[in-house]
Amino acid sequence: MGFLDIDNTTKSYGAVEVLHKVDISVQEGEFLVLVGPSGCGKSTLLNMIAGLEEITSGEIRIKDNVMNGVHPSKRNIAMVFQSYALYPNMTVGQNITFGLEMHGTPKPERDKAMKDVAQLLQIEPLLDRKPGALSGGQRQRVAMGRALVRNPDVFLFDEPLSNLDAKLRVDMRTEIKKLHQKLGTTIVYVTHDQIEAMTLSTRIAVMNGGYVQQLGTPQEIYDTPANIFVATFMGSPAMNVVPAKVALENGRPVAQVSLFDGSTVALPFSQNNMSDWAGKDILLGIRPETITDEDAADRKSSNIAHMTNRIVVTEPAGSDTFVTMTLGGKDVIARMRSDADVHPGADFMFAVNMEKAVAFDPKTENRIAP
Amino acid sequence: MSIATQDTAIRTGRVMRTLIYLVLLLFVLFYMLPLYVMVVNSVKPLEEITGGGMMNLPQVFTLEPWAKAWSSAQIGVEPTGLSPYFWNSIKMVVPAVAISTVLGALNGYVLTKWRFKYDTIVFGLILFACFIPFQIVLIPMAKMLGLMGLAGTTWGLVLVHVVYGVGFTTLYFRNYYAVFPTELIRAAQIDGAGFFQIFWRILLPSSGPIAVVSIIWQFTNIWNDFLFGASFAGADSQPMTVALNNLVQASHGVKEYNVHFAGAILAALPTLLVYIVAGRYFVRGLMAGSVKG
Ligand SMILES: Nc1ncnc2c1ncn2[C@@H]1O[C@H](COP(=O)(O)OP(=O)(O)OP(=O)(O)O)[C@@H](O)[C@H]1O
Ligand SMILES: [Mg+2]
Repeated sequence: MGFLDIDNTTKSYGAVEVLHKVDISVQEGEFLVLVGPSGCGKSTLLNMIAGLEEITSGEIRIKDNVMNGVHPSKRNIAMVFQSYALYPNMTVGQNITFGLEMHGTPKPERDKAMKDVAQLLQIEPLLDRKPGALSGGQRQRVAMGRALVRNPDVFLFDEPLSNLDAKLRVDMRTEIKKLHQKLGTTIVYVTHDQIEAMTLSTRIAVMNGGYVQQLGTPQEIYDTPANIFVATFMGSPAMNVVPAKVALENGRPVAQVSLFDGSTVALPFSQNNMSDWAGKDILLGIRPETITDEDAADRKSSNIAHMTNRIVVTEPAGSDTFVTMTLGGKDVIARMRSDADVHPGADFMFAVNMEKAVAFDPKTENRIAP
Repeated sequence: MSIATQDTAIRTGRVMRTLIYLVLLLFVLFYMLPLYVMVVNSVKPLEEITGGGMMNLPQVFTLEPWAKAWSSAQIGVEPTGLSPYFWNSIKMVVPAVAISTVLGALNGYVLTKWRFKYDTIVFGLILFACFIPFQIVLIPMAKMLGLMGLAGTTWGLVLVHVVYGVGFTTLYFRNYYAVFPTELIRAAQIDGAGFFQIFWRILLPSSGPIAVVSIIWQFTNIWNDFLFGASFAGADSQPMTVALNNLVQASHGVKEYNVHFAGAILAALPTLLVYIVAGRYFVRGLMAGSVKG
C-alpha cells in the first residue's frame, strides 16, 4: 500500500473513455510527474485525485482512506493551477489564508501560518497587494504559498510553470525541487515538458491517449523506454529510431543498418537475447548523444561500434553541435562536441555506443527486453 | 511633394471634422428640444403657455408648478400630488431590481459553474422570457396574482417585474460568468468554500460592472413600466407612471400644462439620476466579457 494509491482507475465522459485503468502507487515523499502530450488525460487524472472530477471506476486512496466521493476540501490535498487561480478581489495574505478561514482556523493561527509561509517563499512584502499587481513569478509563489499553508498530505501541481518565460521557468523549477527536498512532501505534478519531468521527479508516469505507457524512475524511462512512444517523447533531441535487420556475425547478434549510399553496416548488440531475432526486422533506437566522434566515445562502454557515414547538415548550438545524417533511410541526429571537426557533405567516422542502444519490435512497437 | 500632400490631407481633415461636428450639433439640438420645452414650460405661469409662447423662455420664473405637481395636484379624485405615487414606485422598484439582479447572478453562476444535464436548454427557456410580449401574459398573470392573494399590492407588482426581469439579468450574468475562470471556482472548492461562499466571496466581488448593467436596465424598465402598473396595481399601490397619466388625463377643469410638464420631469428624474451616477459603468459592463482583458 502506498501513500497515494490510484487503483485501476478509469474515467469516461459519456461513452468515451479518456483514462484507461490507471494503476499508480505513490510512496510518501515521492515526487511523481505525469507527463504526456496535450489531451492525454494528465489534468483529468490530477483532477480526479483532487476530487474535482468524478471517478468512473476504480479507487483512489490517500493514506488508505478511499477518496471516491469525498469532497475536495476534505481530502487534505492542495492544488496549484496553471493559471494560478488567485482570487482577484483578495490581497495576497487573504488569498493564502482563505482555505484556513473556510476550515474554521482561528485568526491568530491563520496569521501565524501566513507569516511562516510568506517567509519561506520570500513574499512578505507582497502580503497586502492584490494579485493584479504581481508579476508572473510572484503570482506563482503566492499560488504555492496558498497550497503550502494548508500543510496537506498531497500537493497537486497542474503545469504550474507553463505561463512563465523560459528563464523564470528554470529558476522556479529549481525552487520547487529545493522546496520538495526541504519539506519532503508528496507531490503529483503534471507537465508536458519532458525536461521538467526528468529534472524534478523521483518517478515519472509517461501517458499517451489515456494510457500510462510507462512508470519508472527518470533513469529507467530514459535508458529503457517501454516502447517507441516513450523513447521518442522523452529526451531532446528525440531518440533516433531506424529500421534494421538482425543477423549473426561470429555467433554474435548484430543490427544491419543501411548507410547513406545503400551499403550496410553491422552494429553489434550488447543484448545477447537479440540472437533470437536473427533474420528479422526490428527498429533500432539510438539516442543522439550516443553517436559521437571517436574521441568523445564513452570510455566505460564495452561496446563501441564504428560507421563511416556522410554528414548532411551540421547545427552548432553552443555547447554541442547537432549533426544530421541518413541512416536506415531516416534522418538521424548525432550530438557532437562543439569542437568536433564536422562539415556538411563530408564523410565522417562516427562512434556508436551500442551498450545504450535499444531494440523495438516493429509490430507492437514495444521494447525487446534483454 | 510629400509635404504638400500632407498639408492638403490635414486641411480636408479639418473641413470634414467641422462638418461632422455641425451635423452632430444638429442632432444634439434635435434631441434636446423636447427637454428644453419641458423644462422652460414647467417653470412658467400657466398664462404664458396658453398665451401661445411654448418655445419662449419664462418671463416670470416660478417653481409653483413643481410644488403643485409634487404635493397638491388632483390625481384621480384625491388632491395628493405625485408624491405618494413616487414612493409607491420606489417601494416597487427597489426590491424588484434587487431581487431580479440577485436571482440573475445566481442563475448565471449555476448555469456556468455548476453545469448540469440540459443546462443549455434551461438557459434557452429562461432567455425565452425576454421575448414574450407583455400583453400575452396580462390575463394569466392577473389570475395568478389573485390566487396568490397579491392582487392590487406592491408585492404583486414586484413579483411580476422580477419574473419578467430574470430572463434579462440571467442573460447578462451568464455571459459575464462564462468567461470567469473556472479554475478559481475549483481553487475555492479545494479551499473548502461552499456553494454560497464561493458566490459571495469570490464571484460577486468581481461582478461590479455587470451588476451595474443589470441594475440600470432593470431600474429603467421597471420604473418606466406603465402596462403592468395600470393592470395590476390597486388604488394605493399605483406607480408614478400611472399617476402621471391620471394627472395629465384628468378630464375636469383647465389643463395645467405647466404642472403636467413638471410632473413628467419628476417621473423621469430617477432614471436620469441612475444613468448619470452609474452610466459610465454601463458601457464598461456591456463591453466586459465580449473582449477578454
Ligand atoms: N468535459 C469533458 N467532456 C468530454 N471530454 C473531455 C472533457 N474534459 C476533457 N475531455 C477529454 O479528455 C481528454 C483528456 O483531457 P485532459 O484535460 O486531461 O488533457 P491533458 O493531458 O491535461 O492535456 P493538456 O496538456 O492540453 O492540458 C481530452 O481528450 C479531452 O478532450
Ligand atoms: Mg491539462
